[in-house]
Amino acid sequence: MNELLRRLLFLPDQASTFARDVDQLHFFVILTTFVMSTAVGMTAVFFFIRYRRRSETQTTPHIEPPAWMEALFVTVPLSFFLLWFFMGFSEFVRQQTPPSDSMDVYVMAKKWMWKFAYPDGPNAINVLRVPAGRNVRLLMTSRDVIHSFYVPEFRIKKDVLPGRYTDQWFNALEPGRYQILCAEYCGAGHSIMRGEVIVMKPQDYEDWLASAKRGLASRQDGAPTSIDFAPPIGNLIEQGKRIAAEQGCFKCHSTDGTRHIGPTWLDLYHRREKLNDGKLIDADEAYLTRSMMDPALEVVDGFQPVMPSFEGRVSGPEVAALVEYIKSLQSDAVRTGPSEGPAYAPVRNR
Amino acid sequence: MRLSETDSARLAGSPPAPSYLEDGTTLMSWLNTRDHKRVGVMFLVAVIVSFFLGGIFALSLRMKLLQPGPFLMDALGYNRLFTLHGVVMIFLFLIPAIPSAFGNFVLPLMIGARDVAFPRLNLASFYLYLAGAAIAIYGMVHGGADTGWTFYTPYSSTTPTQVLPILLGVFILGFSSIVTGLNFIVTVHTLRAPGLNWMKMPLFVWGIYATSIIQVLATPVLGITVLIVSVERFAGFGMFDPARGGDPVLFQHMFWFYSHPAVYIMVLPAMGVISETVCAFARKNPFGYKAIAMSSIGIAFVGFFTWGHHLFVAGQSTFDAGAFGILSMLVGIFTAIKIFNWVGTMYRGAIAFKTPFAYICGFLYFLVFGGMTGVALATTSLDIHWHDTYFVVAHFHFIMVGASVMAFLAALHYWFPKMFGKTYHEGWGLVAASLIILGFNATFVPQFLLGNYGMPRRYYQYPEHFQALNVASTAGSTLLGFGFVIILIYLAIALRWGQRSEQNPWGSKGFEWMTASPPPTHNFDEIPTITQMPHDYRTHEPPGVIRVT
Amino acid sequence: MSPEAGLPEGILAHHYSSLERQNEAMRLGMWLFLATEILLFAGLFTGYAVYRYQFPLAFAEGSRHLNITAGTLNTIVLITSSFTVALALHFARIDKPRAAAICIVLTLLFALGFLGIKAVEYIEHFQEHALPGKYYAFEEVNIAGAAMFYTMYFLMTGLHGLHVVAGMSVLSWLLWRTLQGRYSSLYSTGLEMGALYWHLVDLVWIFLYPLLYLI
Repeated sequence: MNELLRRLLFLPDQASTFARDVDQLHFFVILTTFVMSTAVGMTAVFFFIRYRRRSETQTTPHIEPPAWMEALFVTVPLSFFLLWFFMGFSEFVRQQTPPSDSMDVYVMAKKWMWKFAYPDGPNAINVLRVPAGRNVRLLMTSRDVIHSFYVPEFRIKKDVLPGRYTDQWFNALEPGRYQILCAEYCGAGHSIMRGEVIVMKPQDYEDWLASAKRGLASRQDGAPTSIDFAPPIGNLIEQGKRIAAEQGCFKCHSTDGTRHIGPTWLDLYHRREKLNDGKLIDADEAYLTRSMMDPALEVVDGFQPVMPSFEGRVSGPEVAALVEYIKSLQSDAVRTGPSEGPAYAPVRNR
Repeated sequence: MRLSETDSARLAGSPPAPSYLEDGTTLMSWLNTRDHKRVGVMFLVAVIVSFFLGGIFALSLRMKLLQPGPFLMDALGYNRLFTLHGVVMIFLFLIPAIPSAFGNFVLPLMIGARDVAFPRLNLASFYLYLAGAAIAIYGMVHGGADTGWTFYTPYSSTTPTQVLPILLGVFILGFSSIVTGLNFIVTVHTLRAPGLNWMKMPLFVWGIYATSIIQVLATPVLGITVLIVSVERFAGFGMFDPARGGDPVLFQHMFWFYSHPAVYIMVLPAMGVISETVCAFARKNPFGYKAIAMSSIGIAFVGFFTWGHHLFVAGQSTFDAGAFGILSMLVGIFTAIKIFNWVGTMYRGAIAFKTPFAYICGFLYFLVFGGMTGVALATTSLDIHWHDTYFVVAHFHFIMVGASVMAFLAALHYWFPKMFGKTYHEGWGLVAASLIILGFNATFVPQFLLGNYGMPRRYYQYPEHFQALNVASTAGSTLLGFGFVIILIYLAIALRWGQRSEQNPWGSKGFEWMTASPPPTHNFDEIPTITQMPHDYRTHEPPGVIRVT
Repeated sequence: MSPEAGLPEGILAHHYSSLERQNEAMRLGMWLFLATEILLFAGLFTGYAVYRYQFPLAFAEGSRHLNITAGTLNTIVLITSSFTVALALHFARIDKPRAAAICIVLTLLFALGFLGIKAVEYIEHFQEHALPGKYYAFEEVNIAGAAMFYTMYFLMTGLHGLHVVAGMSVLSWLLWRTLQGRYSSLYSTGLEMGALYWHLVDLVWIFLYPLLYLI
């Protein structure tokens, strides 16, 4: 049934964990739409045949619907719409909240190509390699205009904005190759701004990563490669430290646990922080990048909102480096990774 | 009661007053007219010209899309063309089409007024339209813009094409739209005939009234938005420029705050037309008059709070997406109320299958399908896959062409005898209607499937597996094009050589048929007193008819 | 005797049944137009709110560097001009066209004064390079978002300034018609519309002043 409807509706393969769930709702909605529009059309046709005009001076009775019928006109579609909405929204929330154990890839879009960078690993143009069956989170930004990262087979899409980070996660089911399309109009090359996701067997992926790193190390001895996307060359953490010093981060943030104008960076990653509006958040990558771009938005309780925005002052890759640097600042007492369970709980456990 | 000299003479048994068409035939008598009917006719001509211009752009786009690779034009040419198609169709055709052309013509007739509240402003609205169109066309000739009609920043503030004149044109067209809306609101409030209280107003008037509210309240926001983008372009103020701390998504919020309600500017008058014509051709009182009237106001109101559904994947918060998603569903409810009531109107009616009725049938089907796919798009998780794909393109063409253009054609045929006093060829009318409905399905159903398949919109080149569906769509669009050309031909023939029509050829009891067809310049010899609801077909004799021999 | 008797030619349009109806229509039309004007500014107020929220420090700092004396003086000037235009309407209604004309002239002078003070401020900004967007080079305020404050400042005051100029042309036209003796106790709606517009121009400034200069 699933396969039949999928082919009838020209839907692409279901290659991520989202795809099947999204499609089920899709089938439900589209079939209801078909039934309803046919029903309305058939009723109109029936009325036309039954009540066609018989004389040019025909008169008709004055009819007004009873109140219950008007109520029915409202409640029947409303209940369908609400049902769809809540089914869709729970799935939407799941798609918008990356699990805490995801592997991160930084994505930068520019006219008209995709660049992918792995923390402490290689970078690639237009080819994103990910292991099958693993949660992958993309942290995306744009160098110029708005783009949109779209993989039809995964049923994912997210706008990639300049001066801001958006994220999108997915979990690819099977090894295979899937096209990446740009879905937000971005100029003459918009339609050829295509890339490819290569989903690999986990072991193949590890092998590839290792060899890529080796290649990287050997390349590092030679001439510097593309300065366009500098940080991933060499040690991202080192880069982050240098950028932090250049940008003057250390004027307010310590790295040894002492309290200064801003919170210390030691053990900041995945720390549970209470904000000044009482909300509890998890200091993950998204929060850290948000805090650089939009510092006043979520201020940790007990600190003043004095940090300036670095939007436009640090580039995408530099942010990536800074985040990696902050992640590296862990005291021995604390184990890396989340200690109190995942900060983002998927809405529905699979 | 103030009677003009001609009226008094007529009451004394003299020949009837000349129709508005015969009252001065020089060019200046048209260009300098204060008569709402002449302004309406001038708007009608202008929007039809724009429609064919936009249609030629659309057909060229479809021809290019026959081939997945470069074909006929280069990428920049294609991008300019779809921008022009969007700008022309939306700002020069859809927004003024029904309100400014038919609204101007029949609204005062329907409420028993001699003119709109501010006749001079009404004419000014037409000249603003011409000025806006002229500036936009200047921009098109001098290179055109390649931003898409949505002008998203920072692309629109950085592209080297001629965005500025087009933005300026849109700004001026916005004023034209505001002035028309303002005029209609005041007209409805102050110039209703004696006895015509709010709950007796024809449903078309309700539709136009709701539209006008949106025109007046939403258009200024578009005005300031395009103004800021213009300043951004020539002075680099950077309000939407991320490099200067600006937020490009703020532009999207401000843009859609106008442009989503603008969709209802385009579709509410269409719904008003259908409410009138379905009564006239089913010869039946509107089923659920209050429900239809109030749902128009409901759509106008809720329409202001749904803009965020254009930003589901633009990085707005999950909470916002949910809120906007659920509010968008409400528009679906109001539309559903209308659809059920239109179908209900046919129940126990006396239905005549004339050309306008064919368009009503098309309208109903397209609106249900287009509307429900809209609800599907408001279902947040489904939108992720469909966003910015051909699915969205097909959805809004179902509403904009399937609903608004069908209603425009229904109105054109229904009021053609009213406006010009001529009859068109019914047989050709039905042929064109079936061609258009068929061609429309063939054009846009494949686009729904293309969207499912994953083809993003605004694609000059596309992966080859999308080709079959694209070819099907292009084939359909040529049928559609033929249909429109046929209409143009037989209506032109009817204007020139058509038979003189009766005063009320449809036997309609809409209030606009109370006066002669075509009406005299002052509309009514005597302002009628309204004692009954519109479209009351319990008796045969039309209400308060003034017989013209 | 109908109220229309004694009206100058060409005031009551043919399609209205009474002058009262026509006045009602004009007032409704004017209020709707004022609503569109408010929504035009609403776009800028939204932008102001968004960026103030994003750059609270820069906005506070930028606001402190504006010339508060000039701003306050301008507020007083505009409020007084609103008073004189209201007086003009009053005098027209009690059949004193000459007094009405004098009041309109006073309003125009106040408007000119407002533009003059604004021009002095603008010149200061130009000298300090406190300019919007890419032209920003004001040394005293050098934190992220400062340029955005001046972008908003120039957009808002600039658009308001344009409205002052538009209001002045409307008032000049009304002055001419007042001198012609068109407005009297029988009919003064035209002048009333102009005064309403001028009040709007004033009102917008009443919001701009605290947002830009005080907080």
